[in-house]
Amino acid sequence: MITALANPKRFLDLSRIVSPWTCAFAVILLCAGFYWSLFATPPDYQQGQSVKIMFVHVPAAWMGIFVYSVMAGASLVGLVFRHPLADVAAKSAAPLGAAFTALALLTGSLWGRPMWGTYWQWGDARLVSELILLFIYLGYIGLWNAIDDPVRAAKAAAVLALVGAADVPVIHFSVDWWNTLHQPASILRPGGPTIDKSFLVPLLIMILGYTFLFLWLLLLRMQTEILERRARSLMMARGA
Amino acid sequence: MANFFAMGGYAVFVWPAYAVTFLVLITAVVLSLQSYAQARKSVRQLEEEGSGTEDTR
Repeated sequence: MITALANPKRFLDLSRIVSPWTCAFAVILLCAGFYWSLFATPPDYQQGQSVKIMFVHVPAAWMGIFVYSVMAGASLVGLVFRHPLADVAAKSAAPLGAAFTALALLTGSLWGRPMWGTYWQWGDARLVSELILLFIYLGYIGLWNAIDDPVRAAKAAAVLALVGAADVPVIHFSVDWWNTLHQPASILRPGGPTIDKSFLVPLLIMILGYTFLFLWLLLLRMQTEILERRARSLMMARGA
Repeated sequence: MANFFAMGGYAVFVWPAYAVTFLVLITAVVLSLQSYAQARKSVRQLEEEGSGTEDTR
């Protein structure tokens, strides 16, 4: 399966079939998710209507970490197996991960002001480790742009992605390891979710919607990258 | 309806959070579609030019 997908031509054929489905799932889930979270959820007994921010904050934060895991995984495969599509996948995922992480920071800050009394707190482990994640994404994108030779760029960027992966567990466990304003995990925790069903179901729909949106855009961006590489080699062939 | 927009007094936090979410997600979609269309166009052009020059030789 993986070796079959290593062929860019076969990947393009397959992704042309899969892409419309991921797009359709994303649109349906996001429409349902946005409607449900805005119009059909009750106010929280402590947070009132500010809890509405949860439905855009948690999925963005989840995607920041999920996309990074995809990127680091693809980077590892690219480094170890020289899988031609792995580097393309990692490179295509990075800007999406950066966008989700920026969204998590922005929506989190807008939620923090009414709930914690501050938009931002330097020295807060969860907040700072999330900001570091954004910087790692930006550094990764910058590294790709800084090195002209795609083979060398892929290698350097993959090493950065793997080193930066150390931040992922730090983000997840920061709420347990340090004293932070951020609440502890309420979904991915031993003993199951502590969050009420009336919030959990629309939240999970939003997370799924974000995930399908990412998958669709990832496939689209990978196709773009393959086309751009083809254009470059055609140009070089013409110049020679 | 006005009650809904007031968001229990949290309107100034809730609506900007949703606005920035829509903005970023839509921008990601638009930019990705644009660069895909652009890449497709340039490959097509290069392939046409390539076959054209071969014909004239």
